[in-house]
Amino acid sequence: MKESIEAIIAFLSQPWPWYVAGPLLALVMFILLYFGHEFGISENLRLMCAADGADELNEFFKIDWKNGGWNLMVALGAVIGGYMVSHYFLGSEGNIAHVSDATVASLNEIGIQVKKGEVPLVPEFISWEALLNWRGWLMIAGGGFLVGFGARYAGGCTSGHAISGLSALQAPSLIAVTGFFVGGLFVNYVIIPLLFPWTL
Amino acid sequence: MSRYILIGMLLGFILYKSEAVSWYRIFEMFRFQSFHMYGVIGSAVISGIIIVQIIKRRHVRNVEGQPIVIKDKNKSIARYLIGGTMFGTGWALAGACPAPMFILMGAGYSVFVVYMLAAMTGTFVYGLLRSKLPH
Repeated sequence: MKESIEAIIAFLSQPWPWYVAGPLLALVMFILLYFGHEFGISENLRLMCAADGADELNEFFKIDWKNGGWNLMVALGAVIGGYMVSHYFLGSEGNIAHVSDATVASLNEIGIQVKKGEVPLVPEFISWEALLNWRGWLMIAGGGFLVGFGARYAGGCTSGHAISGLSALQAPSLIAVTGFFVGGLFVNYVIIPLLFPWTL
Repeated sequence: MSRYILIGMLLGFILYKSEAVSWYRIFEMFRFQSFHMYGVIGSAVISGIIIVQIIKRRHVRNVEGQPIVIKDKNKSIARYLIGGTMFGTGWALAGACPAPMFILMGAGYSVFVVYMLAAMTGTFVYGLLRSKLPH
């Protein structure tokens, strides 16, 4: 019994290939539809604003955030899931991102020093120490601000548009996802290479 | 309520173990240097299209016995393109969208609290400016 549990944990602790992760994401969307809800994680940011009193300041937040309790529970579950993977299902390699050799080469080229097979899940420039300089603030707080603003302006994030919206063949979601790439490519090719010639 | 916590945990496992929570995976995706993230999103969308078509054609009912209806999104270009571009800019900078933010906080990367407060500020500022923005 103990051995079979250990075998299951070891099996789940391997990196999950895309053809496992993708269909499971669609399953998450279906389970939520079955329970009468639409998959959309960024709506939680609005609910948290409303719960913190923004409902008294602005009409956009005059929503009964308790009706979104189910979604806040999904977010809480995601926090717990992150805790569980990091503590019990990490695998022998730890927090490693198995990116391609071409990516390692590109990163080194723009001055981000990483070694093949040792690329961490979260870089050291996304950390509390990184907030000692403006680059960290730009990437972490600036990135967060744009994600929060952009997701509500566009009416959804990766879960609401790229997964739910495209699955339902919604043209607006295709426009939103095109926008994700316009912004992402601009940052990737123009902004990030400008941010990393120096170590701060 | 607890069922939603379980669904969230499943989401956490999927995005963590497929490394979609990694800044480097997002960088790699925007460089088109691996099929991985396209495989994750692409196979989710293809599976999702099949699920939605079955729901529509078979009139699948939800847990309360009502037919499942997926609302059409409002027709517009400006809001999706401008909002989407802002979102993509932030996604590529921080390397995380809202679901990975929650997952990484649980994994002990507590700096994402700063990201979350900034994202809530962004959402709030959008709410203030909403009537002045093109939609």
